[in-house]
Amino acid sequence: MARTPQTRTRKAPAKSAARSTAKSAPPKVEASKEELLELYREMLLIRRFEEKAGQMYGMGLIGGFCHLYIGQEAVVVGIQAALSSNDKVITSYRDHGHMLACGMESNGVMAELTGRAGGYSRGKGGSMHMFSRQKNFYGGHGIVGAQVPLGTGLAFAEKYKGSDSLSVAYFGDGSANQGQVYEAFNMAALWKLPVIYVIENNQYAMGTSVARSSAQPELAKRGESFGIPGVQVDGMDVLAVKAAADEAVAYVRSGKGPMILEMKTYRYRGHSMSDPAKYRSKEEVNKMRAERDPIERVRLNLLDKLGATEDELKAIDKDVKAIVSEAAEFAQNSPEPDESELLTDILIEA
Amino acid sequence: MPVPILMPALSPTMEEGTLAKWMVKVGDQVGPGDVLCEIETDKATMEVEAVDEGTIGKLIFDEGAEGVKVNAPIAVLLEDGEDERALEGFDAGSGGPAPKADAPSAEDEAEPEEKPKTKPQARAAEAANDDDEDDGDDEPDLPKGAETANMTLREALRDAMSEEMEREEMVFLMGEEVAEYQGAYKVSQGLLEKFGPRRVIDTPITEHGFAGIGVGAAFGGLKPIVEFMTFNFAMQAIDQIINSAAKTLYMSGGQMGCPIVFRGPNGAASRVGAQHSQDYAAWYASVPGLKVIAPYDAMSAKALLKAAIRDPNPVIFLENEVLYGRTWDVATDPDFTLPIGKAKVIRKGKDVTLVGYSIAVAKALEAADKLAEEGIEAEVIDLRSVRPLDTATVVKSVRKTNRCVTVEEAWPTCGIGAELSARIMEEAFDWLDAPVKRVSGVDVPMPYAANLEKLALPQSDHIVAAAKAVCYSE
Repeated sequence: MARTPQTRTRKAPAKSAARSTAKSAPPKVEASKEELLELYREMLLIRRFEEKAGQMYGMGLIGGFCHLYIGQEAVVVGIQAALSSNDKVITSYRDHGHMLACGMESNGVMAELTGRAGGYSRGKGGSMHMFSRQKNFYGGHGIVGAQVPLGTGLAFAEKYKGSDSLSVAYFGDGSANQGQVYEAFNMAALWKLPVIYVIENNQYAMGTSVARSSAQPELAKRGESFGIPGVQVDGMDVLAVKAAADEAVAYVRSGKGPMILEMKTYRYRGHSMSDPAKYRSKEEVNKMRAERDPIERVRLNLLDKLGATEDELKAIDKDVKAIVSEAAEFAQNSPEPDESELLTDILIEA
Repeated sequence: MPVPILMPALSPTMEEGTLAKWMVKVGDQVGPGDVLCEIETDKATMEVEAVDEGTIGKLIFDEGAEGVKVNAPIAVLLEDGEDERALEGFDAGSGGPAPKADAPSAEDEAEPEEKPKTKPQARAAEAANDDDEDDGDDEPDLPKGAETANMTLREALRDAMSEEMEREEMVFLMGEEVAEYQGAYKVSQGLLEKFGPRRVIDTPITEHGFAGIGVGAAFGGLKPIVEFMTFNFAMQAIDQIINSAAKTLYMSGGQMGCPIVFRGPNGAASRVGAQHSQDYAAWYASVPGLKVIAPYDAMSAKALLKAAIRDPNPVIFLENEVLYGRTWDVATDPDFTLPIGKAKVIRKGKDVTLVGYSIAVAKALEAADKLAEEGIEAEVIDLRSVRPLDTATVVKSVRKTNRCVTVEEAWPTCGIGAELSARIMEEAFDWLDAPVKRVSGVDVPMPYAANLEKLALPQSDHIVAAAKAVCYSE
């Protein structure tokens, strides 16, 4: 057998050296100041963007459903830092952070949230349905779990074309109980498709905790019967995420087939804007924010260990704030789509 | 400038709420994410977080205040370097950016008839155009002298796939038993040998999964042909077909095309019972973003499958198992295709129009023979596609015959016949000499017993009876 699939648990990066496979070196969790400043900037942009989106939702400027990513920023920022620009990305409806991390413009994302012509889907998709082929971001999908076979299909296409690009399918602990996820796992493993499954385990599928919904709550093990190796990662630590992603990328790109990364993360806000979050205590949320916040962690690391100054960080804060303010401005001033848009983009002219 | 903090809406329908509890007091320093207060509605309690940093300059409402309107200022935040003097003369009441007047509101959504103004116009224009042009629906499909070969429907479909796979490297076939087994109904016979396992791919029995992988591959630049062993099994996959394949182009503002063909046998076979005998034409025909083809003869089936594979949109291609073994003359030219969405008058007549798709066309032709013996000349239209539905060809025929019978194996309710009769009423009401009659499958799950199954399916005698009824010739 070429490989022995194993599910490993890595609760904290410091313990990673104790993993059972001896072949790969323990992941590096150090980063240069410049590298970490960039990760800090990207996470902060998502945080501030989402806070602004929440505020605009409250003001009635954003309609429908709006699922904020606040608290989970380290996951997408850490993973994306390990990818190449040709790699394909797909996720669920909690997608604003992924789009920003893929390099999509804040203006276009925010204007889609407000349903305006300047949005990425010209106002026809909304919060849950945005795409950018140019940035290899394939959505933004509103049906829980549907993005997993789709992302597997993107990987299929890359392998078929003989490219060395891979696909990353992000999904949550809720999706992890959908049948089609396992149908996709089976074929991805069978055909050795270049796909990384990133399970963003924020511990609640809407209001149902993993403990109350999952017979096997260690989601990294969900690929075991297909021979898909899985690793559990501290998803509140951007460097641990990046290190795990580096390993997964190397594994998947070498043609060995899919891999699962279970990110233990947490969303501070409700499932959507209209979620009163009665299913968990305030103490739980506050403790997580106080002790595990991914952005604060990096901030302290930068200040205490890497010699960054408050002024340097303030400059980033200011920069990010300006981007978000501009996006909010743009999203409110962009016109609604022309009425003729109602009847366009249904079919491509053959 | 002090910044007003506004009462947020917890949902699109919320208008006011109660300010349950302040978590901050005047003079507190706050930053983004800090909880300012709790608000309540009849449905929920939520925390309001700060978005900007600053010092709380003023709390406008006391704890417990009820009926606080959405977007009303509830507090004022002082920015860095400001103190309470900044509040003098500051009118928080008008400080908040109100939602723009033209922003979509719940009221707009409640009255959809206001919005799609363009649609009826577009449809009227389309119908008008169709009236003016002679669309050649009764011209021969093949140019004079074109070479043909006699072959089964199954071989014609195989040749269509084979030719398109030769033409375009990105085309591949996946499905259950399509490769080594040579196709559950032998439609893909020989393709594995010709194209190899990279392009002719056996899948596990996992419709939802491989339909999704197919759609993802299409998003990723390939042109998949996904075979369902029968469309009955595609119900497992219908979410991916409709929510992912059909809708994504629209939801992406035109970025995400999905060039994919879902094909396989549809409708009743013979004695396979209710779960394997359903006709899904009307289901898929109701979905914008799909094209749906349901051919009858091998010549049009080959030409339309080739058109479907070349089409940049998701296409549902509904075959019929009973017809797989029948033979027709089929064009051999690999460049010959037919347009999707065009019906064909396959038998001319002046007294009554019989219109159907797939195997129902065979029944209609049989009925036309019987009617001819009684002196009634029936015109038979093969729809070929059910989306787009070629209303123009049907209406043109009905304006000539003034009578119409629709034929389909599917259930009657919300069927293609129901749709056709509605459109005929809309566009040819004044030409009708009798109400349109629908001949369809009986409104029951398909029975197994041979006699009951025959009773459940439309037979040519039912069509004859319906035709005579609309001709008032009984």
